Amino acid sequence: MEAMKETVDQNLREMRDTFASGRTRSVKWRKTQLQAIIEMVKDNEDKMCDVLFQDLGKHRTEAFRDELGFVMRSAETALKCLDKWVVPKKSNLPLLFYPATGKVISEPYGTVLVLSSWNFPISLSLDPMIGAISAGNTVLLKASELSPNTSAFLAKTIPSYLDTKAIKVIEGGPDVATILLQHQWDKIFFTGSPRIGKIIMAAAANHLTPVTLELGGKCPTIIDHHSVSKDMKSVVKRITGAKWGSCSGQACISVDYVLVEQSFASSLVEMLKPVIKSFFGENPKESGSLARIVTKKHFQRLSRLLSDPRVQASIVYGGSMDEEKLYVEPTILLDPPLDSEIMNEEIFGPILPIITLRDIQESIGFIKSKPKPLAIYAFTKDEKLKTRILSETSSGSVTFNDVMIQYMCDALPFGGVGESGMGRYHGKYSFECFSHEKAVMEGSLAMDLEPRYPPWNNFKLTFIRLAFREAYFKLVLLMLGLKK
Amino acid sequence: MKETVDQSLREMRETYASGRTRSVKWRKAQLGAIIEMVKDNEEKMCDVLFQDLGKHSTEAFRDELGFVMRSATTALNCLDKWVVPKKSNLPLLFYPATGKVISEPYGTVLVLSSWNFPISLSLDPMIGAISAGNTVLLKASELSPNASALLAKLIPSYLDTKAIKVIEGGPDVATILLQHQWDKIFFTGSPKIGKIIMAAAAEHLTPVTLELGGKCPTIIDHHSVSKDMKSVVKRISGGKWGSCSGQACISVDYVLVEQSFASTLIDMFKPVIRSFFGENPKESGCLARIVTKKHFQRLSRLLNDPRVKASIVYGGSMDEEKLYVEPTILLDPPLDSEIMNEEIFGPILPIITLRDIQESIGFIKSKPKPLAIYAFTKDENLKTRILLETSSGSVTFNDLMIQYMCDALPFGGVGQSGIGRYHGKYSFECFSHEKAVMEGSLAMDLEARYPPWNNFKLNFIRLAFREAYFKLLLLMLGITKGVRK
Repeated sequence: MEAMKETVDQNLREMRDTFASGRTRSVKWRKTQLQAIIEMVKDNEDKMCDVLFQDLGKHRTEAFRDELGFVMRSAETALKCLDKWVVPKKSNLPLLFYPATGKVISEPYGTVLVLSSWNFPISLSLDPMIGAISAGNTVLLKASELSPNTSAFLAKTIPSYLDTKAIKVIEGGPDVATILLQHQWDKIFFTGSPRIGKIIMAAAANHLTPVTLELGGKCPTIIDHHSVSKDMKSVVKRITGAKWGSCSGQACISVDYVLVEQSFASSLVEMLKPVIKSFFGENPKESGSLARIVTKKHFQRLSRLLSDPRVQASIVYGGSMDEEKLYVEPTILLDPPLDSEIMNEEIFGPILPIITLRDIQESIGFIKSKPKPLAIYAFTKDEKLKTRILSETSSGSVTFNDVMIQYMCDALPFGGVGESGMGRYHGKYSFECFSHEKAVMEGSLAMDLEPRYPPWNNFKLTFIRLAFREAYFKLVLLMLGLKK
Repeated sequence: MKETVDQSLREMRETYASGRTRSVKWRKAQLGAIIEMVKDNEEKMCDVLFQDLGKHSTEAFRDELGFVMRSATTALNCLDKWVVPKKSNLPLLFYPATGKVISEPYGTVLVLSSWNFPISLSLDPMIGAISAGNTVLLKASELSPNASALLAKLIPSYLDTKAIKVIEGGPDVATILLQHQWDKIFFTGSPKIGKIIMAAAAEHLTPVTLELGGKCPTIIDHHSVSKDMKSVVKRISGGKWGSCSGQACISVDYVLVEQSFASTLIDMFKPVIRSFFGENPKESGCLARIVTKKHFQRLSRLLNDPRVKASIVYGGSMDEEKLYVEPTILLDPPLDSEIMNEEIFGPILPIITLRDIQESIGFIKSKPKPLAIYAFTKDENLKTRILLETSSGSVTFNDLMIQYMCDALPFGGVGQSGIGRYHGKYSFECFSHEKAVMEGSLAMDLEARYPPWNNFKLNFIRLAFREAYFKLLLLMLGITKGVRK
């Protein structure tokens, strides 16, 4: 550990020297790094798909869609938009201060620490790095040790594409994270669980380091079957594709549970079954299109969630598990008890509880009884219900009539609220996430207003009153002695 | 006290859940009430500011009352605009899906204010929280007890008591407050306490805005502003001593100037100080006093260092009973003295001399990032170097402290000087969660979205990412087969 501490000290020292040299401030440097990230992904697509298969059993199409293609597109957006993003923003100052002018310039924080999660180990490492780099920072990445092949791959490949004096990779687990967090960073970006998020923020507090925490939660999916009955087939396909087609439900924005009216529940279950079979075949374990559970520990957690006898009793589809293959079959539960563990922690796995309500309007109260999630999904064409969802619930985001694709729209800020996180990124928000917006005022020495200075008297007080009210005409009268 | 806090928070949460604070009408009513409250009680407010800090009523009006009324008026005028959702342009691929970002209140906000501007640092954040639709609980500083008591008494008679609450007390009350879960915490004060606040907030994953402090340097490039040096000196004097006697987070902490100009500068300060505060500043009525004995003793200790004492070139007299410290100038106190290593927060102005003003950059960088950097210069190269090579909450050229009055400029720190910002629209944003809303469409279902995976679907996704719509079309028509990586 001493050696690791030494490594971290050294890395941080070099990053600080590099930042102080001004090299990362140049737009040219930033674009070069962004381009290099694109090249790195292009050149290593096969290798990346390999490690994602080794760590998570991801199909290469899933890997491309959720990680590689996503990263390349994110870097390309930054490349294209950077010249626009770095332009200072003019601020309109009150006439009183004429001819002073104001603007806001974006300045990199300096040294950034990115701690990524194991479920999308490539994109959750590279996408925040893209943001940090485009904002002109130096970055150190620690990927998750639970996706060791990917972590090793990034540790080996990044140094051969990117500026090693500014962009660094360290591998390791919680002990390494602890050492990293003892140091002073200018910004910390963390993706992971709320529990660890609290630890990160508390550590950051020691140095007053600003943090962005992309956490999790139970993302509910409301199905208002009355208003979307015509399109129910699409609804079911979208939920199925999202729940099981992206890292087997191990995603922060995955569909955690479904809310639907009692009267429609069994139809829904009957509609889900053939769709699951069409996606994953009769034997999903052999389909190659279903990611596996990341580690034995996580498998055992899911196993424990399902082993509650009352939860077992609620299984209406699937339920089989294979610890050796870290496989959990796409599983549907119908009304597991609301006080069971599975209904009180983020599932993060291929188990879908369907919770029935008498009236879909009750979904609002249900959602509000739980911590604020990262995303709320609702399949409905009922404008009133949509309005209620938007104004009565709180979440990082809300998506109507689709699931998870808000992640792909980089015009939308991606981040949580409450337990699901703080801060946001994607697109321009990534640039802002890693920038300090510095206010710059250019004053003028031309004119000196006496009312600015003591000793105080009624004239000066009256002047200041009128100045605040921007009552310029009256101010003029006052100065001409016409007003008292 | 714990019971009181529990009760207050419970009522705030119920009020928030009722939706009352979401209505723009409600918010405007509260903002209008804040303006009324200040208008109706201007004299009382000036009284308590005089009692707590010895502020002249003009200083009190300029820095606190007028400022608050203007801030509330701005929010009133702009609120309708601020609450409008922002449209987001989604990629063509998702057509006809649409996106927008809506501003949503966090819910329950805790405002902890500082003693130096107890009215404005309490009410201005509250204006932000209210305009964003939150419920708010304020704890003002116990070190400005009269102002705190006045706010505790007045606010309930003007504002909606079920949504906006005031609690009085010191660190023990703050500790109890911080044990509870808030949706947002806004703190103004020292970095030391800021860390404690952030650590407490971490327990509940509560986002924080911390308006802290630092040593705000003032660079005087005497070569390029020689013509206007009289204004420069007046502005620095007015900034340093005319606003709470230097006890301000954005006050001029110390001056950097070339050695060759130092004595001239000092000689220019003396008559200006006299013209502002007379021969006996203690009796001028225009110089705020030090807030408490403890703070007085801190300043006294800073000056007691014999090497610092030896560097006094003007002022230096102190009166513990009257909590008065004379406007004091130091010339080159030792750089390792306490006074050069902590925020002074008092009416003592060190002048640090350099051989070349360019060295000011390196000097500033050797210290924690301050809330503001001031530089009197017309040298564009120096300005550029300052902007690029230093980091601070803000930079103001050729003036000081008035950036605080321009609510088009974000007000906040970086590094040790703070996290987050407010003023003007930034206040509204400070207390809002910006929620992304996507309206998807069930009209079209792209098979390429779903397993089982095959080359067609992979190619589709590749082309979709590249927004190569024509090729996508060809692919779908079966005219394209393979797609290069």
